[in-house]
Amino acid sequence: MRKLTLAMAVLGLSLSGSSFATTEIQWWHAMGGANGEELNKIVKEFNDSQDKYKVDPVFKGNYTETMTSAIAAFRAHKQPAIVQVFEVGTASMMAAKGAIYPVYKLMKDTHEPFNPKDYLSSVTGYYSDLQGNMLSMPFNSSTPVLYYNKDMFKKAGISSPPKTWEEVAADSKKLLASGAKCGFTTGWQSWVQLENLSARHNVPFASNDDGFSGIKGTKLLFNGPLQVMHITKMHEWQKSGIFSYGGRRSDSVPMFYSQQCAMYTGSSSAYGGMVKNAKFDFGVSSLPYWASEVKKPNNTIIGGASLWVLRGKSKEQYKAVAAFLHFLSTPKIQAEWHQFTGYLPITHAAYELTKKEGFYKTHPGTDVAVLQMTASKPTVNSRGLRLGNFVQIRDVINSALESVWSGQATPQAALNTAVERGDVLLRKFARAHQ
Amino acid sequence: MIENRPWLKLFSHFILIAGVLIVALPVWVALVGSTQSASSFADSVPLWFGDQGVQNWSHVLFHAAGSTLQIPVWHLLLNSMIMALGITFGKIAISMISAYAIVFFRFPFRSLIFWVIFITLMLPVEVRIVPTYQVIANLNMLNSYSGLILPMIASATATFLFRQCFMSMPGELVEAARIDGAGPIRFFFDILLPMSRTNIAAMFVIMFIYGWNQYLWPLIITTDDTYYTLVMSIKNMLSVPDGDIEWNNVMVTTLLAMIPPVAVVVGMQKLFVKGLVDAEK
Amino acid sequence: MSVYFPQKKLPYLLVLPQLIITAIFFLWPAGQAFKQAFYREDAFGLSQTFIGFGNFIDLFQDPLYYKSMGVTMVFSFSVAFFGIAIALWLAVMADRVIRGKMVYQTLLVWPYAVAPALAGVLWWILFDPNIGPIALFLDRIGIHWNHFLNGDQAMILVVIAATWKQISYNFLFFLAGLQAIPRSLIEAAAIDGASPFKRFWDIVFPLLSPTTFFLLVVNLVYAFFDTFGVIDTTTQGGPDGSTNTLVYKVFKDGFIGLDSGGSAAQSIVLMAIVGLMTVVQFRFIERKVQY
Repeated sequence: MRKLTLAMAVLGLSLSGSSFATTEIQWWHAMGGANGEELNKIVKEFNDSQDKYKVDPVFKGNYTETMTSAIAAFRAHKQPAIVQVFEVGTASMMAAKGAIYPVYKLMKDTHEPFNPKDYLSSVTGYYSDLQGNMLSMPFNSSTPVLYYNKDMFKKAGISSPPKTWEEVAADSKKLLASGAKCGFTTGWQSWVQLENLSARHNVPFASNDDGFSGIKGTKLLFNGPLQVMHITKMHEWQKSGIFSYGGRRSDSVPMFYSQQCAMYTGSSSAYGGMVKNAKFDFGVSSLPYWASEVKKPNNTIIGGASLWVLRGKSKEQYKAVAAFLHFLSTPKIQAEWHQFTGYLPITHAAYELTKKEGFYKTHPGTDVAVLQMTASKPTVNSRGLRLGNFVQIRDVINSALESVWSGQATPQAALNTAVERGDVLLRKFARAHQ
Repeated sequence: MIENRPWLKLFSHFILIAGVLIVALPVWVALVGSTQSASSFADSVPLWFGDQGVQNWSHVLFHAAGSTLQIPVWHLLLNSMIMALGITFGKIAISMISAYAIVFFRFPFRSLIFWVIFITLMLPVEVRIVPTYQVIANLNMLNSYSGLILPMIASATATFLFRQCFMSMPGELVEAARIDGAGPIRFFFDILLPMSRTNIAAMFVIMFIYGWNQYLWPLIITTDDTYYTLVMSIKNMLSVPDGDIEWNNVMVTTLLAMIPPVAVVVGMQKLFVKGLVDAEK
Repeated sequence: MSVYFPQKKLPYLLVLPQLIITAIFFLWPAGQAFKQAFYREDAFGLSQTFIGFGNFIDLFQDPLYYKSMGVTMVFSFSVAFFGIAIALWLAVMADRVIRGKMVYQTLLVWPYAVAPALAGVLWWILFDPNIGPIALFLDRIGIHWNHFLNGDQAMILVVIAATWKQISYNFLFFLAGLQAIPRSLIEAAAIDGASPFKRFWDIVFPLLSPTTFFLLVVNLVYAFFDTFGVIDTTTQGGPDGSTNTLVYKVFKDGFIGLDSGGSAAQSIVLMAIVGLMTVVQFRFIERKVQY
């Protein structure tokens, strides 16, 4: 084998092997578009602020691609020091104890200033172990909100955005009557219409406290009456034009931009894109809930991603990582990121700073997400989800929902199938992590 | 023509023109789209030229392909060129000499070797992608030109073609060479190589297109954008979470990625047709 | 060929580069796939358990695998059928015209050079449910187009993109085939009073059948293996697996699903299929060459 490697090296045309005076670390991320530009700007700020470390950001495609290529690279011992992993990858990362360097431990080992209390607990909760230790660094957290087209609302004679799903239906009818093509569309359907729906109405999404209390025996529970009722309603709405489906991720947002749909339920982080693309007056409101099911809804759960540190790097490189993570958490950077992208601030200081700067007054609606997240104390059902193979489970859920939208399956049957297929994936995950 | 039926001729032209237009439709959309601003795509895809053409093209070509790919496209063009030429020359070189050995020599395990080359390489990289990735990683060839090129250069098709081509050459040639006292190496360079010129050129056209259009393999083994190739970079530009696709830049990049291989096909049409016919028959 | 060079060592040296490449980039990974197919691993490769034929049993009990087989069949035969039919029609038309034959050929062959991934992007934007001109047109005439949602429409999209690329190839072969048909045959039929339509079906088409059969094989192989890019840039196998071909599934389960064992088992099955197809194709080609 050695000989072969040598032969290949001789044969190779590789141009690698240049050396760096500074310690360089790679950060694989999934931030495209305007947010990607902002990310590069922040990294540049860090690189310019000192000359010991250099962070090299690499865009690796969407969230799934970023995570899976990092894992593939880890298996090949070519992993980056930092990888941005979306919230559904959390359980897979946590379970890979030999592969990750927990952030709290990294900060301790490198003596970097770090106080977990500085961070918003409703955000860090998703990424902490049962003892409350932060395993990854939250970076871009978002939560679903409702965007609405103020011009279209005015034309339909509606004065305020809907608070409940009942109102969404009623308002949509008025909108359709006033010439709109569709009432609302949604991005990230599994996250918004099932995961957050469950959390908001205090209903479990999976057993074992949504997977928080253990890997073994966790089963999916999202085929319960609440979820079936909601999906059934959406299916009815789809037939009457109130709801229109436009894709799994944020593919449907152009339907809102083009004023086909008057409302869009999606990530609070779509704010930057809205400002850039919406040629009309738009507003932000909280994610609707069913008044028939709860009096006061729970907090919504987060989405977005956190930064995981991977094992196998040098001590010097980990120092660079720690310094960079510290830099990212400073109020100034956090506030800048929050204000530009619409992602949640992850520290109290950043929120206060933004408020002090008067940002929420000049940009009405940007604090909706923060308030919605922190409005109530998280319950067992609204802390978040911690499921293995969640990437594939999301895929299964998306398929199931699509089979409802295309009329191939009834909501109950589709959700049952999804639970069944998802449980197989959970069992597989449990077996691989015994 | 056998008989003169003007309406039939007219009909033929009509069908052909319709065919040509439908085939060209996507490129038309790409061309006009590349001259638009990103926000012109918000409602519907523009079908006529915009006024951002020069700006888009120069930005993509010399500055950055898009917000998700902070590297100018000329660099990607260069990488694609290195990869495509590397694959092309590598393929032609190794298949030619192995076909030479198989046709002009008799040695133990000859047919076994031929079959190993033949059967195994009919297997596209897509099928054995995961383990091949690990092999490349073990060899330290991720993010390198050798990693982009070497796994692609073994080609059963090319070996087979050269075998056919050599087999059709008269046996007296070898005899004559031996009488002249020329050894196999001189024979190869002085007689075989010049005689296979057209075949090599035809092969070049086909293999260049094959190499240039590699997609999955570069996508998987490159993480460093200095090694990105043009075709795979499209994927990067399309996957923008929570953001919107910059269709104008995507269209510029798509067109740039199409131009070199299309130019080769159109410019060397005769060789291309010959290459196709040879390669597949 | 009956005269050979007498050297004994040189031929080995000459085949060596290709054998080395083959061994490293094919035999080794194939061996790895073989091994992985019998193990269960976690995503990061930190633990491995030997499970015998477990992955294969899982695979053949998975309804999605059979669905993928069906999808592959429908996709491959659709691409082959439409690619051949359209190309044949165009070639017959081109064979009729005297002036401009080469111009038409030039204007029709270039899509061959376009990467499948790019073909996917180009057709995606035309059919994008929200902004694509064709989708918007279809919407206006009452066909609601949404390939993110409707599996049949997703299939139509990938078939169109894959076929578009292949027409040029088929066209060239048909045109060459048509030109090889002796004029005298057709003239004789014309004197007998056969209409152009009848002449085509009675004389031309049967004479083209070897070309057609050859193209069928080549097109099937193309649709099977070379269309990864088309699917990856458009539907990524969705919705609900309705465009998830066998080759795409290997990648998806292995790289996205991180199920190395399951993916490796699929690789082994595919390798067996390819081996079989290769032998058939080789036999067929060999016979043709001798003829």
